[in-house]
Amino acid sequence: MTDQRSQAETVRYSLKRRYRTERRFRLYGILAIFIALASLFILFADIISKGHTGFIKTTITLEVTLDSGMMYLDDPADEDQWSSADFKAPIIAALQAQVPEAASTAEKRELGRFLGTFADSEIRDLLTENPQLLNTTQTIEFPTHDRVSVYVKHADNPRYSIKLSEQQQSWVDELLEKGVIDTRFNGVLFNRGDSREPANAGVLGAIVGSLLTMLVTLAISFPVGISAAVYLEEFAPQNKLTDFIEVNINNLAAVPSIIFGLLGLAVFINLFGMPRSVPVVGGLVLALMTLPTIIISSRAAIKSVPPSIREAAEGVGASKMQVVLHHVVPLAMPGMLTGSIIGMAQALGETAPLLLIGMVAFIVDVPDGFFSSATVLPVQVYLWASSSEQGFVELASAAIMVLLTFMIIMNALAIWLRKRLERRW
Amino acid sequence: MNTMNPSISAEANMRGKAAAISVPEDKHKETVVENKPEDTVIEEGKTVGKPFTADPKFKLRNVDVSYGADRAIKNISLDIGRNEVIAFIGPSGCGKSTFLRCLNRMNDSIDICRVKGSLELDDQNIYESKRDVVELRAGMVFQKPNPFPKSIYDNVAYGPRIHGLANRKSELDDIVENSLRKAGLWNEAKDRLDAMATGMSGGQQQRLCIARAIAVSPEVILMDEPCSALDPIATARVEELIAEMSESYTIVIVTHSMQQAARVSDRTAYFHMGHLAEVNKTDTVFTSPQHPLTESYITGRFG
Repeated sequence: MTDQRSQAETVRYSLKRRYRTERRFRLYGILAIFIALASLFILFADIISKGHTGFIKTTITLEVTLDSGMMYLDDPADEDQWSSADFKAPIIAALQAQVPEAASTAEKRELGRFLGTFADSEIRDLLTENPQLLNTTQTIEFPTHDRVSVYVKHADNPRYSIKLSEQQQSWVDELLEKGVIDTRFNGVLFNRGDSREPANAGVLGAIVGSLLTMLVTLAISFPVGISAAVYLEEFAPQNKLTDFIEVNINNLAAVPSIIFGLLGLAVFINLFGMPRSVPVVGGLVLALMTLPTIIISSRAAIKSVPPSIREAAEGVGASKMQVVLHHVVPLAMPGMLTGSIIGMAQALGETAPLLLIGMVAFIVDVPDGFFSSATVLPVQVYLWASSSEQGFVELASAAIMVLLTFMIIMNALAIWLRKRLERRW
Repeated sequence: MNTMNPSISAEANMRGKAAAISVPEDKHKETVVENKPEDTVIEEGKTVGKPFTADPKFKLRNVDVSYGADRAIKNISLDIGRNEVIAFIGPSGCGKSTFLRCLNRMNDSIDICRVKGSLELDDQNIYESKRDVVELRAGMVFQKPNPFPKSIYDNVAYGPRIHGLANRKSELDDIVENSLRKAGLWNEAKDRLDAMATGMSGGQQQRLCIARAIAVSPEVILMDEPCSALDPIATARVEELIAEMSESYTIVIVTHSMQQAARVSDRTAYFHMGHLAEVNKTDTVFTSPQHPLTESYITGRFG
C-alpha cells in the first residue's frame, strides 16, 4: 500500500518536472523565433530608413531661354560650334533670374555649382534632337548636384556633412520655397546604368546584368543538377565510385564561393579565352556553385517519393525509364524546384566569385546581351557602398531594397510553384 | 510424376533433447507431437502433398532466392495451374511474399537479391525474357492500395497507354470501363472518373488497383495480402471479385488470413522458413493437413 502511494507520489513529482521542462522548451522556441524576427525587423528598418531617400531625387525646374548668342551657337549646322558651345550659360542665366541678389560673376559661379555635372549635356541633347528649339524658351528639369540634394534631403542628419556655404544654403531655401528646387520620384534609378554622378546613377544595368546571369545559371544548373540527381538516385549502381561522387558533391556544397570565382578565372577566362565581365562567364561560375545545392535537394526529393508508387508503375509493366519520367520526377518536382530556387536565390546574392571574373568593373551601359560587359545587383551595392560620394550611400541602400525585392519575388514564386505542383498520395 | 517423399527429417531440438518424429510413407498421420513444432527442421526441397499439376501456367523448379548472404527461399519446386487460385500461407518472414515477387521479377529492383533455379511461365523462362513483358503478363496488386496521385481514369488508363494497347480515345475509354466493371467499381466511379484516385476509400482504392492491374489484360494476377489494409466489408467485396476473376485469370494470393485462403483458393501452399512445406487442395490442407507444421500453423499453435 505504502509502496503504491509512494509510486504515485513519485509519478506526480516527475510529472511536474516534465511539464516544467516542456514549458521551458516551448519558451526557448518562442525566444528563438522572436530573436530571428527582431533581427529581420532591425535589418529591414535600417535599410529602409537609409535607402528610402534613394528613391527620391532633387530637381531644379527652370524656364531656360535657349539664346544662341549666349551659347555661342549661331549656326547649328557647324560642327565646331557644337563642340565649343557653352550650354551651361543659359541655365545659369535662368537660375540667376530666380535669385536676383546673386549678381556678381563669383556668385553666378556659386549658383552654377547647384547644377548636376550633366546639366549642360541635357541642353545639348535637346538641341541636337530638336534644332528648331533654338532661341525659344523651354521649361526644363535638371538634376541638382549631389551637395544640393544632400542638403535638401539630409539637412538634419548628422551622418551627412553639408558642403554648401551659408549663402548657398539660403539661396537653396529660397528656391525650395519658390518651388524651383523640388523633390520627386527618382525614375533615373530604374532606367539608367551606373554613373559617376549619383543623380544620374541607376540600377537598370545591374538588374539586366543580374537577369542575364541568372538565366545562364538556371539554363545550366537546373537541367544538369536534376539529371545528375535522377541518375545518381535511380540508375547508378551502388558502389565505391558512386559513394565517392556523393561525398564529393556534398563537399562541393561547402566550398567557399570565392574558390568558384578563381576556378572561373582559371578555366573559362584564361583557358577558354572567354571575355571578362560578361554574364555568360558569371552565369557559368554561379551555375557551378549552385549545382551541389540543386543535386542534394533533388536527391532528397526523389528519395521521398514513396516506393509504393514505383511498385505500382512496375506492376503494370512500366519500364525503369517510364517509372522515373511518369511518376518519380513529377512527384519529386516540387522539392526539386524548391531546391533550385533556393540555389538561385543564393546565386543572385553572390558577389565574391563575380569580383574575380571582372564583373566589378564600372559599366555605364545597360548590357544588351550575354556577351556584353555587365555587373550585377550585389556587386553594384558593393561598388556604391564603397564609393566616396555621399549620394551613393543612399543609392546603395536603395539597390539593396531592389535586390531584396527580387529575392522575395523569387521565393514567392517558389512557394506558388510548390503549392501548384504538390500532390498528395 | 515424381511423388515427393513425405518423410520428414527430424532433428534434435536446440536444447539437446533428441527426439525424432518420423512419418511413415503413405500414412498421413503424424505420430509423435511431444516436440515443439518450431523445432522441426524441413529437409530442403521436400514438399508434402501435390506440388505439381498436369497443365501448369507457372512451372517453378528448384527456386532459390537470397538477399546477400540470407537465403530467403530454399530450393522450392511448385506448379501453378492454369486459371486456378492458389493461396500462399505461412508465418511472417517465411518467404511467401518473396516467392510471389519472383513470379513477375519484382525483386529485380532490389540490388542484393539473387534468384536461382528455373521459373517458367508458359514454358518461357521468366528471367530470360524482358522484365517489362513479364510484369505485363503477370500484374500485381499490393498490400496497401497504391493508386497513382492522378485521376481515376488516368490510373486505369496508364498501363494501356504506355503499352500502346489503345489507338483511339474511344478504345481507351472502353478499356477503362471494362476494367472498372470487372473490378466492380464502375457504378461507384463512373460519375467521377476525373476525380483524384487518392480521395477514394481504402476498399475502393484497392479495387481501383485491381482494375489497373487487369486493364493491361494480364494472364496472371499476383496479390500480396490484398485485404490486410481493408475492413471486413471491403474484404468481402475483393474476395467476391477474386472468385469472379478466377474464371479468366490465374491468381496467386498471399494472405495471413487462413479463412480467406480457405474461402477463395483452389489450392493452398504452406511456406515455412523459406521452405515450401506442403501444397494441396485447399480442403485437404485445412481439414487433414499432412505436414505437422501445417497442422500446427492452421490450428494456431504458432505463427
